[in-house]
Amino acid sequence: MKYFTRLRVRRVYKWRGQPVSFNRKLKTYEYGSLAISVEGLPKTTVINTGQHILIEGEDEDNPYVAKVIRLYGDESGRQKKAVVQWFTRVSEVPVSKLKLLGREPHPQEIFYYQGRSCDDEVDAESILRPVQVKRLDGAAPFPDGDRDVLYVKLSWDSKTFKVLDSELAPESPLPPPPSCPKPSLPPSPPCSPPAAAPASRGPARRALPTPDFAIMRRAAAGEVKVGRATMSARKASAAEAESLHSATKQSASKCLSSKRRTASARTPGVRKKLELSSPEKKSMIREDVLSRLLDEELESEEMLAQRLSASPPQALPLNHSLGPARTPHHAAASAQGAFPLRPAAVVLAKLPEADSPPSSARRDTTRAEEDGESCPTLPVAATPRSSKRKSAQLVSSRIRRQLNLLDNRLDRDSDSDGEDEFVPSRKELQSSSSDEDEEEEEEEEEEDSDEDAVFFKKSRRASTATPRSKQRTRSSTRTPRKTPNKKVTPGTPRTPRGATPSIPSRSLPARQPANVLEEARTRLHVSSVPESLPCREQEFQDIYSFVESKIVDGTGGCMYISGVPGTGKTATVHEVMRCLQHAADVDEIPPFLFVEINGMKMTDPHQAYVQILQKLTGQKATADHAAALLEKRFSNAAPRKETTVLLVDELDLLWTRKQNVMYNLFDWPTRRHARLVVLTIANTMDLPERIMINRVASRLGLTRMSFQPYSFKQLQQIITSRLNKVKAFEQDALQLVSRKVAALSGDARRCLDICRRATEICEHSAADPSGSGLVGISHVMEALDEMFSSAYITAIKCASLQEQLFLRAVIAEFRRLGLEEATFQQVFVQHQALCRVEGLQPVSVSEGLAVCQRLGACRLLLLEPSRLGVLQRVRLNVSQDDVLFALKAD
Amino acid sequence: MSKRKIQEAHLPIGECITQVQEILRVRLCHQQLPDRPEGLETQHKHLLELLKRTAVHGESNSVLIVGPRGAGKTMLLKCVLRDLLEEKEAQKNLLQVHLNGLLQTDDRIALKEITRQLHLENVVGDKVFGSFAENLAFLLEALKKGDRSSSRPVLFVLDEFDLFAHHKNQTLLYNLLDVSQSAQAPVAVVGITCRLDVLELLEKRVKSRFSHRQIHLLSNPTFPQYLAQVRTQLSLPADFPDAQFAEDWNASVKTLVEDKSAVDVLQRHFNSSKDFRSMHMLLMLCLSRVSVAKPAVKPADLLEASRLCFSDAKANILHGLSVLELCLIIAMKHLNDVYEGEPFNLQMVHNEFKKFLQRKSNSMYNFEQPVIMKAFEHLQQLELIRPLDSSAARIQREYQLMRLMLDHSQIMEALQKYPQCPTDIKQWAMSAFS
Repeated sequence: MKYFTRLRVRRVYKWRGQPVSFNRKLKTYEYGSLAISVEGLPKTTVINTGQHILIEGEDEDNPYVAKVIRLYGDESGRQKKAVVQWFTRVSEVPVSKLKLLGREPHPQEIFYYQGRSCDDEVDAESILRPVQVKRLDGAAPFPDGDRDVLYVKLSWDSKTFKVLDSELAPESPLPPPPSCPKPSLPPSPPCSPPAAAPASRGPARRALPTPDFAIMRRAAAGEVKVGRATMSARKASAAEAESLHSATKQSASKCLSSKRRTASARTPGVRKKLELSSPEKKSMIREDVLSRLLDEELESEEMLAQRLSASPPQALPLNHSLGPARTPHHAAASAQGAFPLRPAAVVLAKLPEADSPPSSARRDTTRAEEDGESCPTLPVAATPRSSKRKSAQLVSSRIRRQLNLLDNRLDRDSDSDGEDEFVPSRKELQSSSSDEDEEEEEEEEEEDSDEDAVFFKKSRRASTATPRSKQRTRSSTRTPRKTPNKKVTPGTPRTPRGATPSIPSRSLPARQPANVLEEARTRLHVSSVPESLPCREQEFQDIYSFVESKIVDGTGGCMYISGVPGTGKTATVHEVMRCLQHAADVDEIPPFLFVEINGMKMTDPHQAYVQILQKLTGQKATADHAAALLEKRFSNAAPRKETTVLLVDELDLLWTRKQNVMYNLFDWPTRRHARLVVLTIANTMDLPERIMINRVASRLGLTRMSFQPYSFKQLQQIITSRLNKVKAFEQDALQLVSRKVAALSGDARRCLDICRRATEICEHSAADPSGSGLVGISHVMEALDEMFSSAYITAIKCASLQEQLFLRAVIAEFRRLGLEEATFQQVFVQHQALCRVEGLQPVSVSEGLAVCQRLGACRLLLLEPSRLGVLQRVRLNVSQDDVLFALKAD
Repeated sequence: MSKRKIQEAHLPIGECITQVQEILRVRLCHQQLPDRPEGLETQHKHLLELLKRTAVHGESNSVLIVGPRGAGKTMLLKCVLRDLLEEKEAQKNLLQVHLNGLLQTDDRIALKEITRQLHLENVVGDKVFGSFAENLAFLLEALKKGDRSSSRPVLFVLDEFDLFAHHKNQTLLYNLLDVSQSAQAPVAVVGITCRLDVLELLEKRVKSRFSHRQIHLLSNPTFPQYLAQVRTQLSLPADFPDAQFAEDWNASVKTLVEDKSAVDVLQRHFNSSKDFRSMHMLLMLCLSRVSVAKPAVKPADLLEASRLCFSDAKANILHGLSVLELCLIIAMKHLNDVYEGEPFNLQMVHNEFKKFLQRKSNSMYNFEQPVIMKAFEHLQQLELIRPLDSSAARIQREYQLMRLMLDHSQIMEALQKYPQCPTDIKQWAMSAFS
């Protein structure tokens, strides 16, 4: 429970100086520099335009590199944006393209990014710190030594490496201003984390529960107050008390986080991260809305309370820390290094403030406690004894109680955001567990939320015990188990890529087709890729424009393609992809990634994740891990991303009982930053309605396309276009084949196979001089007969006498019984009688059984397992008429 | 040896017999492929052409060989492969993978076996395959990397093809047939099955990828052809060391197939089944009766062999029963007659048996209940009777419902042949038919 390695740091972003300019159209202010300070540390970092910075991204160890071009914010100062020029790290370049470099990339090498497919506007709050970037000439060797400096030599436009133009080149940037030395900054590998170490060591060293003392006392005080509060709540402001009911009971940390939650719920940037931080819970969004509603309610009640109470009105906004008010407060606090005294500071006064090393962690903790402390005391003071709007508040309190759990869950999520400087100590852990006991009591009142509660408790424990990961986007819901995993997967695939084997190559070359028929046969093979797909022009156009528009817009979407087998679904999509790839190569559309998976080519639906991940990044991972990685990839606002086109063939095979694979596949495109186009293929038109549950079908959307079976004209056209002027078939023969196939299935594969077989038959019968050397009607007829005629009648004709007699006996017995089923014993009696009629020696039971088994093995008869002996039941697998016809023809 | 041949030397009779046994056994036990598959020339040609195109031109194909058991499906394929591999071009290129549905009972095992037979497992060094999924991806990757003209063609032989269709999702079949229909490494998928409805087992996507070539082995020899076949199977080749003996032997075979009783026996066999396997079985039994004292197959041998072949297994078991067990069987038969095949239990059988004892007023078979019970259990162990449902373990054994697994004719036949069967029991058994 108590091992934690790194302390999470909270950064505060502030504009420095006055706005440089004001854009009236967009209502944005442009600034010259941005100050980043870490709470609890007095130093600030200044980011100026033109500086190189690190931006947090998917990979903790390799944050994105960029150069600031412009900094601007909106009027309120809440939204801070930066326009940047991206650089690509070696690990971000696809492994396959690294070969283009022609040399081993230097680990600290970055490339000037010239691709167009990424968004160059980022949230300023994702900036981690400045970094030093040096430009090197093409031939210059990489200097070693300083591990924090990155080097640029080439530019990368997602297809090729180019030598960097001198005007684009980042002039060797000024090192970070001396006022903000690096150690004050939040650590981010590859540089060793200088700030994290002392910060995390701080709480570890602090073994004696000095601050916890205060907490305990406060908790005790809180208990008393709760008593009072609840009592008063009965009479007066039930809602107010209820809102604090849990809060007062909870430890300082809990209280703090609940308070922060309200703050975070209102700050859009943080809220977004909240959503991202909990990828498993789809219901999060809904709860978010709920919590916001709740917050509004809370706010209104606060207002009410304020109006009613005689308490100092300035206390509440501070404690319930509305978004905007809060950040300056913390900033001020950290800047001054002192704390504004509150009523609760009486307790604080007992803290051994004089402790010699004033570590930042210590200060953070104390401040956290102080924050928490002030929370329970003040509202109680503010609670009025009487209220005229009792009924309204009762109702709202009831609602609150029901939503309480959702609240708590949110708390947990905001833990990671809010309590950055909160260091769990043993005492607090205890108090948090006692806290859980409290919650259990509450939950007994709310039985319906059992499941949530269990989950909540579990992950709450995890979140208190889990080391705070230093990046805020890393959610606290991640269990500690996964944290080490994360470290193992930095981009590079573990297995060497050359390991995939192939079928050994021929020792003798393949022979080329020698005559017209062989040539025709080669062209007619299904595998030979035609120059174009005839008869699917409309479908091609539709899919093409769908995918193209999504790629150009940088959005995502789903499409469902249905059709019976052999109607060219997969072939058309591949054709579309070839064309789009070509268009991307000549720069008509932005580049994109194409990934194909096939439900039939995997052993388990969850393997879909593994295959997608492997094809996207080359990483190998287990299904669960791959799902998590993909989830992150598609939901994180990684700005530099190409559109991904995902083809899911044989979609119905991805069905699972909970349908979570399908759900994810269709949910990702709806994410804002996903840029994922999903094309799905299956056979039945009504698959979404038949097998998908509503939430999956809804996400799939209504972009559907159905491939009709080919008509005979189309089939004819297909064959003709494939033959491509190789004269091997008579026109009538072609028409016969296509009409026959169109009438049966419209399967182009079947049509081609029949034609191939017909060429073989023609070749064999080429000896007779009357033939024109072309495939004629007779050959096609023979091929059709071979493929479509059922062998049952022939099989009965070729059966031995006893077998035929047995079949006859079966029919006789069926007629006698008036049923389509009889036991062997009954049939055997008939068989014996028939033998006598035919003048044959009657067979023994064993022999009769052997005859019966032989017929059963061919599936002329359907039998029960043979261990039932004479009791096994017998059915015909052919119609009685067929049997009689076959037997009569002798 | 050659010297002896020139001298037309006579071998001692014992050695001749040994030689005959050796030659014929190899022939009859399917250890030797015939030079030409009898009666299957067109199929042979078709299959040979098809596989040759895969081996030589790199054309992917799929085909099913369908025919009843013992029709020579595997023999046909083996003949074709033998002929194919005589060609140097094919021999150097073709890779073979043989799978059997009875051995590779699921796709995981099948994939491992394919990897092993393609010698791909050493490509990844000593890395043991982690998961089924990896294995599949690995193999598909390998096949995908090849292309028509450059990689060696692979022949996949799937024996008991219908069993592969029962694998989950038919993943293996889908993938093999998909490779055969796309521009990947050239493969030929040959399925061997005895089920006529095998195509209906295939899932629609798998079916669409199958080329629908089926080679049916439904030969319909006439009886004279069958007789001729018997004669050739028994005849000695011309290069037999002792020419004189071979001549005598062949003459005796000729008289055998012309003998009236022998022809009757063979006709009966022909009526029962036309396949070569049962014929070989019969001839094998005859051959084992050939000795130094009797250096020829006689019609009597054929009769005896036929009797062995056609003897009823259950009736043979009845011969070994004790009188008490036989009495119980007879009681069951009576119950079956009375209640028209309704199931019975031990108590009912015992009552029926007691009725017989009272009628005879004869205490000779008056056994205690436990003895009856033991006999009853013995019958159950021999599977002459079987419980109606095996799940009813809670019911006392006396009352567990049973069914008789014998036909009346079998019981009567057994009674006729039962050594020293008491007359009164025989009469009791007969009395049902009155």
